[in-house]
Amino acid sequence: MSERKLRVLVGKPGLDGHDRGAKVVARAFRDAGFEVIYTGLHQTPEQIVSAAIQEDVDCIGLSILSGAHNTLLPRVCQLLKEKNAEDITVFGGGVIPEDDIPGLKAAGIREIFTPGSSTDMIVQWVRDNVKPHA
Amino acid sequence: MSLAERILQGDIRAAARLMRDIDDGFGSAVEELKTLYPHTGNAYIIGITGPPGAGKSTLVDQVTAAYRSRGKRVGIVAIDPTSPFTGGAILGDRIRMNRHASDEGVFIRSLATRGHLGGLSHSTGDVVNVMDAMGMDVVIIETVGVGQDEIDIVRMAHTTVVVMVPGLGDDIQAIKAGILEIGDLFVVNKADRPDADRTVRELAVMLEMNSYREGAWRPKVLKTEAQKNLGIEEMVNEVEAHREHLFGTGEIRRIIEEKHAKQFLDNLRDRLFAEVYGHIHINGRFRKILDDIVERRRDPYSAVEEIIAEHLGRD
Repeated sequence: MSERKLRVLVGKPGLDGHDRGAKVVARAFRDAGFEVIYTGLHQTPEQIVSAAIQEDVDCIGLSILSGAHNTLLPRVCQLLKEKNAEDITVFGGGVIPEDDIPGLKAAGIREIFTPGSSTDMIVQWVRDNVKPHA
Repeated sequence: MSLAERILQGDIRAAARLMRDIDDGFGSAVEELKTLYPHTGNAYIIGITGPPGAGKSTLVDQVTAAYRSRGKRVGIVAIDPTSPFTGGAILGDRIRMNRHASDEGVFIRSLATRGHLGGLSHSTGDVVNVMDAMGMDVVIIETVGVGQDEIDIVRMAHTTVVVMVPGLGDDIQAIKAGILEIGDLFVVNKADRPDADRTVRELAVMLEMNSYREGAWRPKVLKTEAQKNLGIEEMVNEVEAHREHLFGTGEIRRIIEEKHAKQFLDNLRDRLFAEVYGHIHINGRFRKILDDIVERRRDPYSAVEEIIAEHLGRD
C-alpha cells in the first residue's frame, strides 16, 4: 500500500501585500517533501476554505501581517466547522501580539508562529502535529 | 456510504478525498473508480499546454469564466512539477484562478507530477474521471510547463490548445517535432508584446506546410492577452468549433478510442509490473538476482525471461 503525501495550503487572507514570509515557508515545506498548494495574496476566508476542501489538504498555514488576524483566522476555523472539515489543522504566522494568541487558540488555531520563528521549527511542528488524513 | 456513492450525490469532500486516494495509489480507489465508471464519458475535455510562463493558468482562469457565463460547470486539473530531490512540490496554478474558488460550479484540483514524465501526473486520467462523474460539463487540464516532447495531453484531451508566447525562438523551432504537432488550436498569448505578429506568422507558415486530408480539421492561430481578457471569446468559440467538427465528422470516436486504448494499456502495464515487482521481492530474491547479475554469474536478459515465464505460468 502506498503512503500518504502531506498536503498543506499556504495562503494569505486579507489585504496586506507582503508575501515574502509565506513564500519562504512554502519553499521550506516543499523542501520537507510536502505538496504545497500556494494560493497567494488577498484571499477571503471563504476562498481559503473552499480551496482547502477541493485540494484535500491536511493543514492550512496562514500568513497575516495586516492586523486583522483576530477576525480572519477564527473565521477560517468557523467555516471549516460549517463544512464538516474541522479535521483540517489551521496554524498561523505573522506579526501577532502575544496577548492575542490565547484567544486565537481558543478559536481553533492550533499554533501561532511569531517573528523570529525558524522555518525548521515550523516544519518540525507540522511533522509532529499534523497527520495526513487516513 | 462509499466515496463513490457520496460523490454521485454531490459530496465535494468525498470527491477531493478520492482524488487523493488515486494520487497516493490506494488500492481502494480502484474499487471506487469502478463504481463511478458508468457515470463518466459526458465531460468535454480540453487540454492547455505550452512552455512555463506562457500564461496557461491565466488563460484557464479566463476560459473558465467564459464557460461559466455559458452556464457550464467546469472542472480544472492543474499540474505542476514535483522536486526530484525532495519529492515536495509547490502547486501555484490556483493563484490565477482564485476568483472561482467559492463558485460551486467550479472544482479545481492541483496535482504534482510525482516523477511522471509527459507533462501530466500518473493520476490525471482517473482524476478527470472523477470530475466527469461529478457532472462537470467541461474539464480543463493544464499541463506542467512543457518543452518539446511532453505530449501525453493529446491522448487525454478532446481538444488540445497549445499556448505560445512571442520571442521564444526562430521558426526552425516551429518545424521540429513535438508539441507543435499536437495543437488543435494555437494561441499566441501576451500578444501585446512586440514580436507577437511574427510568432503568429511563423506558426501559421508551419501549419500551412502540413498536409491535410480533405475535410480535415485545420488548426488556427489566435492571439490572446489573457490578463486583459482579450481574445478569450474567440478562443472558446474555436474550441467549440473543433468540438462540433469532431462530433459532426464522427472523428470523436477515433479520439475516444485512442484515449481509452492508451489508458487501458497503461493500466495493464502498471498492474502487471506491480504484481511481478511484488513477487520478485519475496524472500530476498531480487537481491540474489541483482548479485548474480553484478557478479556476472548470469545475464540480466535471461533473468527477466525467467521471471516472466514463471509469472505467466509457462516454462
